[in-house]
Amino acid sequence: MKKTLLVLVLFFSVTGWSRQQTTAGDATKGKATFLRVGCYECHGTAGQGGTGPHLGPNPRSLESLIAFVRKPTGMPAYSPKVLSDADIADIRAYLASVPAPPAVASIPLLNQ
Amino acid sequence: MVDVIKSLGIEVLFAMPGGSFGDLHESVINYGNNEKPEFYTCMHEETSAAMACGYAKIEHKPALICAHGTVGLQHATMNIYEAWCDRVPLLAIMGNSADAARRGGDVGWVHSVQDTCAIVRDYTKWDDSPMSLQHFAESMVRAYKIAMTPQYGPVALVAEQELQGSPVPRQAPRIPKLSMASPPSGDAAAVAEAARMLVAAENPCIVASRAVHTDQGMKLMVELAETLQCSVVDQHRRMNFPTHHPLNQTLRANPAGKPVSGQPINEADVILALESGDLFTTVRGARNKPNPAKLINISAGDLVIKSNYQDFMRYTETDIAMAADPEATLPTLIEACKKLITADRRRTMDARGMKLADQQRQARERHKTDAAYGWDSSPISTARLAAEIWAQIKNEDWSYVTEAFWIREWPHRLWKMDKHYQYIGGSGAEAVGFTAGGALGAAVANKKYGRLTVAIQPDGDLMVAPGVLWTAAHHKIPILYIMHNNRAYHQEVMGIQGVANRRQRGVDRIHIGTKIDNPNIDYSKLAQGLGVEAEGPINDPKDLAAAIRRGVQAAKSGRPYLIDAVTQPR
Repeated sequence: MKKTLLVLVLFFSVTGWSRQQTTAGDATKGKATFLRVGCYECHGTAGQGGTGPHLGPNPRSLESLIAFVRKPTGMPAYSPKVLSDADIADIRAYLASVPAPPAVASIPLLNQ
Repeated sequence: MVDVIKSLGIEVLFAMPGGSFGDLHESVINYGNNEKPEFYTCMHEETSAAMACGYAKIEHKPALICAHGTVGLQHATMNIYEAWCDRVPLLAIMGNSADAARRGGDVGWVHSVQDTCAIVRDYTKWDDSPMSLQHFAESMVRAYKIAMTPQYGPVALVAEQELQGSPVPRQAPRIPKLSMASPPSGDAAAVAEAARMLVAAENPCIVASRAVHTDQGMKLMVELAETLQCSVVDQHRRMNFPTHHPLNQTLRANPAGKPVSGQPINEADVILALESGDLFTTVRGARNKPNPAKLINISAGDLVIKSNYQDFMRYTETDIAMAADPEATLPTLIEACKKLITADRRRTMDARGMKLADQQRQARERHKTDAAYGWDSSPISTARLAAEIWAQIKNEDWSYVTEAFWIREWPHRLWKMDKHYQYIGGSGAEAVGFTAGGALGAAVANKKYGRLTVAIQPDGDLMVAPGVLWTAAHHKIPILYIMHNNRAYHQEVMGIQGVANRRQRGVDRIHIGTKIDNPNIDYSKLAQGLGVEAEGPINDPKDLAAAIRRGVQAAKSGRPYLIDAVTQPR
């Protein structure tokens, strides 16, 4: 009944993001995995952010992503037993595939 | 009893009927003509107490709830605790039959209790069991005074059935005059010292959580901040400071959640905390740096404290502590500050204010950029939901009456709020089962002012006591409920996910016990079945605008309306 103030925040830093490895992984499989293992609970179904920050469409490098997921700050770690490196590559491919957000200037509701 | 209640100007009585207070019920509706107080039929005592909380936070005076002293009060307890934690005045009267010789049958026995208020004594300011009508009159007036003296809180009285049902004696009881105590205000020496510290500070910060009770309180907050040209962080337990005021630095504090702590506070060299609930966490960053910030705390919390329930939070070291009501103390503090400000200090302060205004503008732009992510996503993003609502209500006299935390504080990030009734905070006890009733109670209070009441309603909370929708329909209470339907007890989803991850057991089963799907609940049909106009589920954000327009029109016409929006988890 009580709100446990558990904040599962993936601090996928905006700085250092790279698009060098967008070819790695399968975006379709990545989306399914992203939803199955609950990434969307904190980051939204399109990686747009939620309790945690937005992750796409410019995810950090695969090496950096794997390192973070294994030993994160602000969220519990996913071990290879739960989420393989290949799964993470697929997720990264999905995040790289989501469309860029529209420019704020193009959204009348954000300029009221 | 009704004469006493009327003498206090109590306008509303929220209750589910119960035989143990049946005599009082009948007197309210017949002898009292069902006016001041008007009886609102609730379908759960928990709803009664929630409605009383929402009403009081808008109206700044208590509502009355009635319940069985046993099974009714047991239901009501969670939201009486909510009133206690949220510092809300509430009057509760419970029916009982203390005289065993007069109890009727087995029902009479199981509905009787030796110490009725024992179950709520840990989280009420005061309770009593009057033995005569004169005793009741004096205790009811006393109860009102106690509830409405900061720090505000719930009080409870027992109305014995014998007392309710006996004829009024020839010598009618005298109803005492209500003599309200002036609210506790800061000691003059402490106020002077606080002013000296604030004026001398290079980077003072005001942190307010439940500081403001009225629009006058909001004006005082603005006056103090402008006098000092200092940053203000609103922790959103009430509407403490206008969102778009240039000195409001809340957007820099904790952009995606409740601003418990954060940058403007950590940067401060002097912090003025005004009824900041979790003060220890709030100032931890500022106190643990090489040059720790000085802390001035004004809170009536030290005046009313009990041992068992732990709502008093962690002990926090302060430099000046005033056991006082902030709103009552602000006038003298403002004057004391003004007297100390030299021309040199004024120039420094004005430069600081301009810098803060610029930082706020930049933060606001960042928040808009964040809102654009997932703009067209389905389920609907909470930012899009908030923006769509704002487009339809911004030209109305509106009141937003549910907790913003659940939708990442987007209303505070995107809407322009500058009146105290435009936000009343959420559940002080962080209890699921408060929101829908609390919102409806606020709508009862807003109705007489012709305000549009908007509730962004979590799905799990509504299902605790969905009969609240029938109450809205039956009493024609204008309110627009817009579901934040993420089909889960989402906070707990994240919690179980965290536990499973830490144990490396996989997250395939975290939906068990946490998701509200399979089947999905059709909130539109639920509402319609309870007499409330409704539409949805809405999955496409492009369909929201027209639906909200229809909802606004219904509410403006005096009717409740529900829109089922299927949303992202947060």
